[in-house]
Amino acid sequence: MKVYASVLKLRLLIGMQYRSAALAGVATQFFWGFISIMVFEAFYEHTSITPPISLKELITYIWLQQAFLAFIMLWFRDNELFDLITSGNIAYELCRPTDLYGFWYAKLLAQRLSSALLRCYPILLVAFFLPKPYNMTLPPNAITFILFIITLLLGLLLLVAISMFLYISVFITLSPMGSLLLFGVTGEFFAGLIIPIPLMPLWLQKIAYVLPFRWTADFPFRVYSGHIAQSDAIIGVFIQLGYLLGLLWLGKLALNNVLKRVVVQGG
Amino acid sequence: MIKVEGITKSFKVAKRSTGLLQATKALFYREHTIVEALKDITFSIEPGEIVGYIGPNGAGKSTTIKIMSGILVPDGGKCSIMGFTPWKNRVEYVKNIGVVFGQRSQLWWDVPVIDSFELLKDIYYVPQQEYKSTLDLLIETLDLQDIINSPVRQLSLGQRMRCEIAASLIHNPQILFLDEPTIGLDAVSKIAVRQFIKAINQEKGVTVVLTTHDMNDIEALANRVILIGKGSLLYDGKLEELRKRFGTHKTITADYRKNSNSIDIPGTSIIHWSPEHAVLSIDTEQILTSDVITQLSKKVDLLDVTIESQPIEDIIVQLYKEFQI
Repeated sequence: MKVYASVLKLRLLIGMQYRSAALAGVATQFFWGFISIMVFEAFYEHTSITPPISLKELITYIWLQQAFLAFIMLWFRDNELFDLITSGNIAYELCRPTDLYGFWYAKLLAQRLSSALLRCYPILLVAFFLPKPYNMTLPPNAITFILFIITLLLGLLLLVAISMFLYISVFITLSPMGSLLLFGVTGEFFAGLIIPIPLMPLWLQKIAYVLPFRWTADFPFRVYSGHIAQSDAIIGVFIQLGYLLGLLWLGKLALNNVLKRVVVQGG
Repeated sequence: MIKVEGITKSFKVAKRSTGLLQATKALFYREHTIVEALKDITFSIEPGEIVGYIGPNGAGKSTTIKIMSGILVPDGGKCSIMGFTPWKNRVEYVKNIGVVFGQRSQLWWDVPVIDSFELLKDIYYVPQQEYKSTLDLLIETLDLQDIINSPVRQLSLGQRMRCEIAASLIHNPQILFLDEPTIGLDAVSKIAVRQFIKAINQEKGVTVVLTTHDMNDIEALANRVILIGKGSLLYDGKLEELRKRFGTHKTITADYRKNSNSIDIPGTSIIHWSPEHAVLSIDTEQILTSDVITQLSKKVDLLDVTIESQPIEDIIVQLYKEFQI
């Protein structure tokens, strides 16, 4: 456990070095958040039916999305790991007395945590004090908030487990671009990051509900706004856990498999 | 300590000729050639030895090191290091070894060196007390005081290499594998690295296996050399033996008063000649060095003579030629 704690510490230290990157990120996310909200606002004004998610809930959804970008985006990657695999520096990782899956999982988790810790506060803080209707609102009650925290963190663990497959695939393809695009586009779409899942057509919703992606973002955000009832949220936590354990097991299996075939080329 | 028996390893390499047509063809059908990187390699190394593992580029040196450090799985053969089979008990085994790959880096690029060391300390579960004393020793002997707080990206190659070596010794391994530790270093750094390797071998009894292309490394460090070429083991023994067996040539450089007579001596060949200066190569199996000098002094008025043994580099080149590798 100590190993994982010190990986996290080191990652945080690295993250802190790039303050201007964090600031630029915050600015971009504000911009993006406003654009999304205004687009949805325009749609909502001219709709004749009652939308399945209210504008207020949607705005909260979008601000949470922007604040916890590092928790939910599949394209948010650790290039160092890609370099390790493609350059052969992985030779060193294999000389360490640690389980590689756990070690990398910790690295990725730490990277996302450090990045989100630096960026989420300013976004959340400002989003609360924005003029109506652009402002973020508090969750309906304390239990909902606790449920949100639990589901958000489980979602993060789940996302890192999903992203591990991206890195494992690079052992075979040796280039991260293809996997990144494929994982990024499908994963983010079905996590409801482009169109919130309640706004998708029914048949598409059905697909999204079967895949693991929505449990990383759509689910915790809707728990926050109260769009998902508390009882459903508790069931959801178990589904998240189920997915998490399944994907961890599969990922470990896959990684051990590719490691057996790994060839570190060159002198 | 290290026992390698009949290790073989081959790689499948895709073959493709140049040209667009060939490239298109390769999309559908690829020819593969099997490259035998290691053929039946056997040797054993005792605790406390420093062994130089040499051979031309592509001989299989790094492959052997990678197999011995548990990164590659060989196709056949046995390997037992401290009772472990490296690729089978990887996690248990690697606690006991340190590895430096001269062409790769294990330090975190963006943070000060010391932070990488701290992480390694936790990865290897080194107790704080032990870490402190090891680190002090490493800082002192490798002269890291001034660089340990700088981010790795700001270090020169020589500085980084010293840190790399220190990093692989944080956990006090009993065996150290060095794959080209002096590659790209300047003379001063090379000497520092060599002295350090010697010191840890003598003081802590660390067994060292090092591959290198710099024969000075071998001369300074290794009593024993293992020579491989094209995947086969060609020589395993003392460096001195190698010199005796193959280094039978000496070079005599002579300065003398102006003399235009030729200085042809049987058993020698003239490499360079001028009326005041000559360089002779002698074969000590045919003629003794002292005889050459006696004969030389009869023919010319000698002013200065230097005798040089054949440099180890030349011996190796000659060896490579002899074994056709």
